[in-house]
Amino acid sequence: MTAAVKVFRYEIQDLRRSRWLLGYALLLLALTDALLRFGGGGPRAVLSLMNVVLVFVPLVSIVFGTMYLYGARDFIELLLAQPVGRTALFAGLYAGLAAPLAAGFLIGVGLPFLWGGAGDGSLAGPLAMLLAAGVLLTLVFTALAFLVSLLFEDRAKGLGIAILVWLAATALYDALLVVVATTFSDYPLELPLIGLTLLNPVDLGRVLLLLRFDTAALMGYTGAVFERFFGSRLGVGLVLAALGLWCAAPLLLANRRFRRKDF
Amino acid sequence: MTRDTAAGRPLPLPATVVSASGVTKRFGRQQVLRGIDLAVRAGRITAILGPNAAGKSTVIKILLGLTRADGGSLAVNGAAVGSDPGYRAEIGYMPQHPHFPENLTGREVVHLLRDLRGDAVPEDDELFGAFGLPAELDKPIRALSGGTRQKLNAAVAFMFRPALLILDEPTAGLDPVASGHLKAKILRARHDGTSVILTSHVLSELEELVDDVVLLLEGRVEFQGSLRRLKDATGEGRLERAIAHLMQRGTK
Repeated sequence: MTAAVKVFRYEIQDLRRSRWLLGYALLLLALTDALLRFGGGGPRAVLSLMNVVLVFVPLVSIVFGTMYLYGARDFIELLLAQPVGRTALFAGLYAGLAAPLAAGFLIGVGLPFLWGGAGDGSLAGPLAMLLAAGVLLTLVFTALAFLVSLLFEDRAKGLGIAILVWLAATALYDALLVVVATTFSDYPLELPLIGLTLLNPVDLGRVLLLLRFDTAALMGYTGAVFERFFGSRLGVGLVLAALGLWCAAPLLLANRRFRRKDF
Repeated sequence: MTRDTAAGRPLPLPATVVSASGVTKRFGRQQVLRGIDLAVRAGRITAILGPNAAGKSTVIKILLGLTRADGGSLAVNGAAVGSDPGYRAEIGYMPQHPHFPENLTGREVVHLLRDLRGDAVPEDDELFGAFGLPAELDKPIRALSGGTRQKLNAAVAFMFRPALLILDEPTAGLDPVASGHLKAKILRARHDGTSVILTSHVLSELEELVDDVVLLLEGRVEFQGSLRRLKDATGEGRLERAIAHLMQRGTK
């Protein structure tokens, strides 16, 4: 697996000079700083940031990831012509793309808290959860970017699909849930809805955060059930496991495809 | 039979560096290769020629393990091309369109490839010097012209003293001076015992380089043999005319 580490290191070297990635970190930095200054205090800033994290992080991860992989295709070919195995190369490429994206996010959101005074320790818990959710979503949507770019040869089509995946996860799926909830409102829906929530990584991130912010009551009529169910250690464990699955499944599929692909 | 390489180690020299039998490949509905039998002789310069879509690049990609053949077998230096990537340590590849990572410097690209190969052989930096690359190596790739990138691409292929060089349209995008340096280097590599496989659509330039010719037509090997035999078989004095002759009438 040492080849994976070498590829990982070169990709970090390449991406840490990427202007897009720098822009991503700076934008998050400015946004977080502004929310902390003018957003009405720490807890509310964290809550506003939650929405940024849930929408913006998946978008950047999947779109930037897909673009980067299409751009790197010829170089990946050259790397494959070296005495390197495909799975090692795949592992290095994924880690080398996900790590800079996660680092950009951590720096962009974390730094303003450090200097802007998350002084009293009350914010530490929610902030840690916010950072964890952002990193997990980065890992998931980078994995999806790999899958998309390997499934579609055409760059424009791949980019379109990537945006569609993001749209589905952030907006369309919730709309679907509402339709389901209103259509079957005569039935006890709590458990089915919980099950459906587990199927969407963005919803998983949202649940993880909401539980930390004691705002489960704001989540409509299923809120209480969510809190009762997810508030337990078992619930959090389940959410984390589902997110892990959301990361592993696309990666395994993408690696399978990568190993068999004709370049 | 042994021969001394430039590095001074005696190597057993197999008669063929690439041998293929019955290699087939289909992309979707298109049968690109319909059973390729090849014996590329070691220590010689072999040109793979053919019109567009004849399967030239597919053959090269299968050789490199970038594309998997549907059927048949293929060996490079006696090692079967399969799941073990180790055989590629013997191959230097110069792709037609190099796209190095934009934010890396040339030196970093060189370091990465060196790292991945881990070869202990003293490196061949002759082309770096001939192309004037050392002055360009610390600039990011995005600041380099297309010609300079192509020079880097060529220099890197020769750097690890591979037993087999695979050059895809090597002189495309090079200025005449650089192209001359590269051709001289190809001939020196052969002199040192390296086998070379190349493709080019500039037939006149191949005439001065090539020992053997493989002509692909519609996924089959139409002709395979030395340049002299090709000219004798067709009665044409020039490679270009001989190829045209074969493509029109065929010899089989």
